[in-house]
Amino acid sequence: MKQIVVVGNGMVGYKFCEKFVEKPEFKDFKITVFGEEPRPAYDRVHLSEFFENQDAKALEMAPAEWYAKNNIELITGERVADINRTSKTITTAQDREFTYDYLVLATGSAPFVPPIKGVEKEGVFVYRTIEDLEGMLAYAAKLKAKNPNAKAAVLGGGLLGLEAGKAVMDMGLEPHIVEFASKLMPRQLDLRSSQVLQLKLESIGLNIHLSKITNQILGNGSIVGMEFGEDDTLDVDMLIVSAGIRPRDELGKNSGLEVGVRGGIVVNNKMQTSDENIYAIGEIALYNQMIYGLVAPGYDMAAVAVNQIIGQAKSVMPDDIDMSTKLKLIGVDVASFGEPFMPASKGHSIIFENKTQHLYKRINVSHDGKKLLGGILVGDASDYNMLHQIYLNGMAIPEDPAQLILPASDGASAFGDVKDLPDEAQVCSCESVTKGQICAAIENGEATDVAAVVSCTKAGTGCGGCKPMVADLTNATLKSLGIEVKEGVCEHFDLNRQDLYKIIQVKGYTHFNEVLDNHGNGGHGCELCKPLIASLMATINADTANKEYAIQDSNDRFLANIQRNGTYSVVPRVPGGEITPDKLIALGEIAKKYDLYTKVTGGVRIDLFGATLNQLPLIWKELISHGFESGHAYGKSLRTVKTCVGSTWCRYGMDESVSFGIELENRYRGIRAPHKIKGGVSGCIRECAEARGKDFGLIAVEGGWNLYLGGNGGANPRHAELFAEQIDNETVIKYLDRYLMFYMRTAKPLQRTAAWQERLEGGLEYLKEVIIDDKLGIADDLEKEMQTLVNKFECEWTQAINNPEMMKRFNHFVNSEEEDDNLVFVPMRDQKMPEPWK
Amino acid sequence: MEEILDTYKTTKLEDVKIWFKAASIHDFPADGGACVKYKNKQIAVFNFARIGKWYACQNVCPHKMEMVLSRGMIGDDKGIPKVACPLHKKTFSLEDGENLNGDMDAIATYPVKIEEENVYIGFSD
Repeated sequence: MKQIVVVGNGMVGYKFCEKFVEKPEFKDFKITVFGEEPRPAYDRVHLSEFFENQDAKALEMAPAEWYAKNNIELITGERVADINRTSKTITTAQDREFTYDYLVLATGSAPFVPPIKGVEKEGVFVYRTIEDLEGMLAYAAKLKAKNPNAKAAVLGGGLLGLEAGKAVMDMGLEPHIVEFASKLMPRQLDLRSSQVLQLKLESIGLNIHLSKITNQILGNGSIVGMEFGEDDTLDVDMLIVSAGIRPRDELGKNSGLEVGVRGGIVVNNKMQTSDENIYAIGEIALYNQMIYGLVAPGYDMAAVAVNQIIGQAKSVMPDDIDMSTKLKLIGVDVASFGEPFMPASKGHSIIFENKTQHLYKRINVSHDGKKLLGGILVGDASDYNMLHQIYLNGMAIPEDPAQLILPASDGASAFGDVKDLPDEAQVCSCESVTKGQICAAIENGEATDVAAVVSCTKAGTGCGGCKPMVADLTNATLKSLGIEVKEGVCEHFDLNRQDLYKIIQVKGYTHFNEVLDNHGNGGHGCELCKPLIASLMATINADTANKEYAIQDSNDRFLANIQRNGTYSVVPRVPGGEITPDKLIALGEIAKKYDLYTKVTGGVRIDLFGATLNQLPLIWKELISHGFESGHAYGKSLRTVKTCVGSTWCRYGMDESVSFGIELENRYRGIRAPHKIKGGVSGCIRECAEARGKDFGLIAVEGGWNLYLGGNGGANPRHAELFAEQIDNETVIKYLDRYLMFYMRTAKPLQRTAAWQERLEGGLEYLKEVIIDDKLGIADDLEKEMQTLVNKFECEWTQAINNPEMMKRFNHFVNSEEEDDNLVFVPMRDQKMPEPWK
Repeated sequence: MEEILDTYKTTKLEDVKIWFKAASIHDFPADGGACVKYKNKQIAVFNFARIGKWYACQNVCPHKMEMVLSRGMIGDDKGIPKVACPLHKKTFSLEDGENLNGDMDAIATYPVKIEEENVYIGFSD
């Protein structure tokens, strides 16, 4: 049994273990891994996601149990302090000694903090570990409590610096980027692409300061600003230093291994250091006079070291390492590949720039115009995978290479087919998976869908950038094998939503099991198909969610919105946002009686939080007795029609927006749709109801209403498009009936109108032909179906509280009247909130 | 937090010492679940009517430690009966508690038997 000691449990150190356990030779080795951080290796590439969910567990490469299961000893929170090369032992900071046959150094790097005066002040952070992030979050919370407009700067406008900029935004501080060079991402971008990126980042609220040399950090104890030169200062309350990395080579250096002048442990192409029993991989390895700060070369180094140790001498690092990279920075695509900046002596550049849309594309081609040598993409990197493959494999390019980056006039792709790639083309560079491996996994029957390809080849599990290409390749290979590519809703149905809609309508099914038995694949359903079919049956049969409640989605099942501690929130309908003082008082009294947290929602109604399952029917009984009804805030159905005050009160109003808003809300309440639907009605073009941000929006103008369709807020905000002008109330309702019904019939599951409309072949013009000109001859049917839904409306809460059988589900325990004793609330601003998740 | 999880340990049929009479079979929805209180434990019990089987597991989802699994939807993942947590749709095998769409620790499962239209859950303590 040979002993291997791995020093460092970062991404590359972990990858070494992962690659090793896959080898049959592993049985002859015993691996001990040391990590200085308290937790097992995590995905540092996606560190900024921690700010979104603060879930350290989600970033883990593998849980601690994985190491145990594979017989690897993982020692976290203990630093290796010394190597004794003669006795082949290491000593830890806790003075424990371990012997090794092979030593693998994967200590990575530490952030470089430039020696600026005042850099030790409180409020100055580095961006590397989860502990760093936790420190920042705590400090930011303190700042915001004192000053909601607090500012934070990032020192360094490189790749990591911009990631840190996003973190600052997520923390709710005013973000500033301070860069020493005259451009952003100086290692990846040329000056023009940097300017395009800068415009884009500024448009989303990032403040960028270039060519700034920081002289000192200002402040007495804690940071209050940065000084760049005389009279040139920037007030900031927090600073994140992201000015590059330094390899953590102390261990190697102290034990006499050969190191580079500017740090890093020198390795040969076998990843061996100057001591043949010691390997170095990742960001401490100095290979070809270079430190490679990307994860893909680090993973390759880990694989080479594993192969060398088990005696596969032929496995070595290539001389040229591909430093191509694609990432999404704060929602902006940025990619560079091959030789991004190319001197004119080596070839020509073709550049496409459109600053109005924040787009920049540059490709560099050889003088004879036959080879792609590299390039830069900002704003839209959807062609990156193909361009990168063409570059890597030296594939032929079109006679006019400009076609590679210009939008094709005939809509045809200049790239040809993914199937044309050579088998050795590396599709996933993080995991080194080739096109051949992906196709083979499908051809030998190991995988029959994208998820299976990912799990058996590991393609797409690193940075995830290649996922679209893996999907294209999988689908193309399946097709070439004559296997139908499934567009079904889940493993239980090969049919899509539209087909299921037609089937249920024609056959008149009223139970989930009927649909599953007659049209499913023999399974028992799941959390994808059950709520979908529940929603379809509700739309088609005008049912409420009380029907067959066990197939309803989490919220529909209990007719309330489940919140983070498993309690629910209650939202009665307040059509158009119009409410009498008596009803307001009733809401207040009920909220007080049941000790509910109360807040006005984004849809201008009142949300009561913290109701237990047992309390829901009690609360609703009282609400209904005061004339309220369900607000369907929990359903994929109409939420609110938001209105401005309109011509009844407003001195600018052109029409009665409140009256019309109430009429529309009452018309469409309760109908089940592929996703939630929101409406808005504004009394004039000042648009106080924000109607153009809704699925349907109306704005009163001289001579009628302007109707806008297909808008939403959410992750991808989209303005609704102008559909018809100056139409009367009756025409609005006619068009809306047809539009909503057409959407409910044809959209994909969980697709809002905005996404549906955007992908509708023929676009807005086609939609007008169907709805206004009745090109498909279905307008009558659509109107009739909608009218049936409107006529059959019934408040499902009223239905539930009057039916003892339906009420049975509102108990936490089936065998006790007690409440969930796991619930803990803590006080917040005179109300209560759930105890935060740990 | 960890203490909650310590309360729940998978019980094998052969280790059952107590069969706890929980409720009538009519108190559970077809192809759905409800929660049973036993001493300081909360147990999710599912009536998988489609396959004529009953399952029991801890009610607490190990992801965020909330008592919610009994309110989850059930179904199957390539033939394995499962429950999906209503909070974030983490799925767990009802047979052995394994987390099917992630690498969380398995949840504890318990044997169930039906006698004279009553549901009994098996515990070792």
